[in-house]
Amino acid sequence: MKATVHVTLKNGVLDPEGKAVQHALETLGFSGVNGVRQGKFIEIDLSDADPKTAHDRVDAMCRQLLANTVIEDYSIDISR
Amino acid sequence: MKAAVIVFPGSNCDRDVAVALRRAIGTPPVMVWHRDTALPDLDLIVVPGGFSYGDYLRAGAMAAHSPIMREVKARADSGVAVLGICNGFQVLTEAGMLPGVLMRNADLKFICRDVHLKVDNDNTPFTRGYRRGQILRMPIAHNEGNYFADGDTIDRLFDTGRVAFRYCTPQGAINGTGNPNGSQRSIAGILNDRGNVLGLMPHPERLAEPQHGGTDGRAMFEGLVAAFT
Repeated sequence: MKATVHVTLKNGVLDPEGKAVQHALETLGFSGVNGVRQGKFIEIDLSDADPKTAHDRVDAMCRQLLANTVIEDYSIDISR
Repeated sequence: MKAAVIVFPGSNCDRDVAVALRRAIGTPPVMVWHRDTALPDLDLIVVPGGFSYGDYLRAGAMAAHSPIMREVKARADSGVAVLGICNGFQVLTEAGMLPGVLMRNADLKFICRDVHLKVDNDNTPFTRGYRRGQILRMPIAHNEGNYFADGDTIDRLFDTGRVAFRYCTPQGAINGTGNPNGSQRSIAGILNDRGNVLGLMPHPERLAEPQHGGTDGRAMFEGLVAAFT
């Protein structure tokens, strides 16, 4: 079973790196870029057979280590 | 006073702080490797600066879960003083021992220079060597020193006297000019509820000898010795 986790900064938390990327895109001539938020993508290979168990375990991993929930949100996708 | 310095892979201020402690105490501190699980009888634990675990995932995130940190937390809960400097501050927030988080500097640059600090609370074992309102000069060297917490947490830190140091101009003004990294309300160092855990981004151990170009950091170590002797 494979888990994919996206970790992003919460809305309202300033993302200076995203802002810098947005400016760079504008400099390159890409118009209509209204905003850029950047984050992390984490892929986890799991031995779990049950998707519900896998999701619960990855959720615990996110809370304990993968995301800092003071400033970050996360989303989890489980696939075979 | 009995002191220990925790050493993680990637710590690089562990020996600097050991020198400052040895100078203040008269005997060297115990150096404790991150894989150890026990600590001797102690008055002070220092979590030093550096780039523990190469700042993988987030600065301080991996070190916060290393075996020795369980024991550091237990000692802090029993009242032992814990001092986190720079990466050590990041480790203590990631370990949940201090509120908030140190984010990437607002200008996205690694900043390595002296800054000025104002002492907000001189009634702690860490700051009793200073006077409230005193202006200090200390070096910073970090990429993630931009202190962030939600508004209620920030208000509570100020209301309960848990802000130990704020960045200021050389004249002592607290404003955008004196704030090097975008930290909320210029916060440079904070205490836990109980007042026995301090985290700060500036490096007192790097300005503790005349050969360093200044000694403003020395009073922190001398104050700790006075508190625990």
